[in-house]
Amino acid sequence: MSQVNDFAFKIATANGTGSASANGLIMQAIFRMGVPVTGKNVFPSNIQGLPTWYEIRVNHRGYTGRTSRFDLMVALNPATYAKDIAEVQSGGWLLYDSTWPLEASLRRDDVQYLGVPLAAMCNEAFGGVRERILMKNIAYAGVLAALLAIDLDEIRGLIREKYGKKPALIASNDRALALGYDYAQAHFACPLPVRLERMDATKGRILIDGNTAAGLGAVYAGATVGAWYPITPSTSLMEAFRAFCERYRVDPETGRKRFAIMQAEDELAAIGMVLGASWAGARAFTPTSGPGISLMAEFVGFAYYAEVPAVIADVQRAGPSTGLPTRTQQCDLLLCAYASHGDTRHLCVYPADPREAFEMMVQAFDLADRYQAPVFFMSDLDIGMNDWMVPELTWDASYRPDRGKVLTPAQLDGMKVFHRYLDTDGDGITARTLPGEHPKGAYFTRGSGHNRFGAYTEDPDEYQDVMERLARKIQRAADAVPAPAVQPADTTTRLGLITIGSCHAACVEALDALAEQGIALDYLRVRGFPFADSIRQFVDAHDTVFVVEQNRDAQLRSLLMIETGAPRDRFVSVTHYSGFPISAQHVTAGVRARLERHA
Amino acid sequence: MTYLPKPRVQHPALTTNAIGLTRRDYEGALTTLCAGCGHDSVTAAIVQAFWELSVPPHTVGKLSGIGCSSKTPAYFLREAHGFNSVHGRMPSVATGAGLANSALALIGVSGDGDSLSIGLGQFAHAIRRNVNLLYLLENNGVYGLTKGQFSASADRGSKSKKGESNEMEPIDPVLVALTLGATFVARSFSGDKAQLVPLIKAGLAHQGFAFIDIISPCVTFNDHEGSTKSYAYTREHQVEVVHADFIPRREAIEAEQPADALTSVVLHDGSTLRLRRVADDYDPADRDRAYAAIRERQQHGEVLTGLLHVATGARDMAGQQQLPEMPLYQVPYDVLCPGADALAQLQRRYR
Repeated sequence: MSQVNDFAFKIATANGTGSASANGLIMQAIFRMGVPVTGKNVFPSNIQGLPTWYEIRVNHRGYTGRTSRFDLMVALNPATYAKDIAEVQSGGWLLYDSTWPLEASLRRDDVQYLGVPLAAMCNEAFGGVRERILMKNIAYAGVLAALLAIDLDEIRGLIREKYGKKPALIASNDRALALGYDYAQAHFACPLPVRLERMDATKGRILIDGNTAAGLGAVYAGATVGAWYPITPSTSLMEAFRAFCERYRVDPETGRKRFAIMQAEDELAAIGMVLGASWAGARAFTPTSGPGISLMAEFVGFAYYAEVPAVIADVQRAGPSTGLPTRTQQCDLLLCAYASHGDTRHLCVYPADPREAFEMMVQAFDLADRYQAPVFFMSDLDIGMNDWMVPELTWDASYRPDRGKVLTPAQLDGMKVFHRYLDTDGDGITARTLPGEHPKGAYFTRGSGHNRFGAYTEDPDEYQDVMERLARKIQRAADAVPAPAVQPADTTTRLGLITIGSCHAACVEALDALAEQGIALDYLRVRGFPFADSIRQFVDAHDTVFVVEQNRDAQLRSLLMIETGAPRDRFVSVTHYSGFPISAQHVTAGVRARLERHA
Repeated sequence: MTYLPKPRVQHPALTTNAIGLTRRDYEGALTTLCAGCGHDSVTAAIVQAFWELSVPPHTVGKLSGIGCSSKTPAYFLREAHGFNSVHGRMPSVATGAGLANSALALIGVSGDGDSLSIGLGQFAHAIRRNVNLLYLLENNGVYGLTKGQFSASADRGSKSKKGESNEMEPIDPVLVALTLGATFVARSFSGDKAQLVPLIKAGLAHQGFAFIDIISPCVTFNDHEGSTKSYAYTREHQVEVVHADFIPRREAIEAEQPADALTSVVLHDGSTLRLRRVADDYDPADRDRAYAAIRERQQHGEVLTGLLHVATGARDMAGQQQLPEMPLYQVPYDVLCPGADALAQLQRRYR
């Protein structure tokens, strides 16, 4: 098992012990060695005590999907020893805290055990309970540096960047790092066959999580009002927006803030605030997760019917109900596409990674303004809360927000009369006005039946006239939402694979693996809703289309059937809904199993 | 029927206000409420108040939730943008609108069904935030559009039209508002325009959340014998404790010293509230005593009206949020976007 720059390891600890910063340190040091790396934080819905894991995958080819094969396990939580030891690949290694003996029943013959007395060493070296616990994390980082040949200078450099103004902290971190590193060098044959070597494959790339990127996207889109109710896993999106606004949007002269963030009493109010702010002319958004979408549904239908822009970021987590709040899924695809009672249909964008999260957040605001409609930004916990290696974010300085048809006071001056829902351009999109600007601009925004002039109506023809236009308007957006990403196979094939969002990383890796096994598949990734015609064309061009997604009920397949009208037997589902991110192995196995069954 | 415009016949004798508008210019579409509905009187008082204040109608945002009362924004200020939202959630829409455009004058019209059931949370939180909003609660103790069910403000022992007696304690929005620290709390009666118009004017001038609970009888479902929200009952049991006269900034304040029962409150915009204590023992500046007095008199079947509590100086939502003078929605994009260089620089921390 010699795998230079191609292996994975997993760190098992207890929640609240401060391991996150050590794990981040390890990952970033590997990244700075020029080696592609991905981290997946598998954490509990808990503040302190429950088991938590951090998975780090190193891959010289740049694959960033989750892997379920771990070469090395850092087992520091006795509560999960048995499970963690069982997960190590045959021939792999297990690092544990040998301050306490390991039960004989936990021994495996095909795994090498590396015992390091982490607690004993740290108890001796540090005073104070908290410091001892925290430094144990840095000590295991030192052990890993020795075992995996992580450049110590990179770790030391990161510690200095992080604690630049706290020399005492730098000293204890250095000490803990050396404790682990020296012990490993003295007791084990370092480095292990699974190890790192410097590469040059991370240039022009960054390590960032999707919620941070999306929060930054909202700043760049010119959003000024954010309303929210805290909910995992979307919370860090608003926290990122706040941090960036504090950095970029505070008037240096007056200290006044060119943004407003309102923590609402619930999601019912959060979406109401967004609609009020949009109606009054600001770019406004709310980040939430599935339970929040359920609560917002009534106002979403209002926004659809009264044509009020809104950007709703759904960082999806495993449902139904409270479900698994700290685990990932793509289980709100159907909910968001048709949220609310009555005939409604909504624009959705589906980022695949943090870079797309940044870009699509900006696009979501443009779409909301142009189509005067709610737009769902459909991320998930995996994209939102994990650090991904992605190409650097870039910004086109010539970008200007597309505010859609908003009449200015000067335009209103020149008009005889203004009617809010009159389709004068024939594109289904009617002009709106902002309150407070002009006497001729007034209209009555309502969720009750209205005619093309904006007046209340119960007349069948007048009601249907508006409903038909709304249907046309939303359908036309199919060409404006992000276009599907298509990647044809190297050879001609009648097999296709369609996926969405964060499955992308696992799918591209699986497609390569399947191609090596002689199975060629054309690939399409859905990036926006309503679906572009090219999606139906892709389906029609293949005998079998595998649909890979992360939910139980094959919601993407349902959407494809409803929206493209393609026959059900054309689609073969490969679903994954454990709450962990999907792996390439799962996709490959799913595709192979179906092909073998039909062979 | 609300699409039927009201005939705009301008009688030459109609008086104009300081900006040259007549009362007609402050009206809206024809009402579709029942003849004699208290809400129509409130609408008339709103028209009168805005006209007297010479507010340009288009500078106002008028919002509501769902119910009979929430239909009324269609019936006044036709040149103001309206937002008839969903049940009980007008406060959140007003909050968002106020964040985006702090220069917009916001008036929210709600009812007891809208504010005291699903809307109780948003009502409370709008008070907490001190949203700069005039909030009118047209209170009739009954659900009209669904034909006569009790609302949460129905008094214990009050009888429905079908003869059922309400056995539950009412939610009194005035007491709720006082408890939560609202800075302007009033109660009035749709049938008392002389009291209501100055209250509306004062509420508009008040910086922050101004709340007026208005007993506004439902002639169809709650105006019978045994109802405690009928015209007859309210006329009989209403006791005005503090009468507010509103004096706009530009009008000269008479030099005479206020008498014992007369106090003045200067509002943020420079206008003055002259409060005439009708009851000797009532002090609208003292929140706790006001609360106690209202509770005590309630037990004797009296409905205290007037400006029950007013406190100035509290920071409103825009102040709490440290918003700039320029409404957020007008801040130019170039100022909002950090730009390409900042993005490149920022990303150093992600390497």
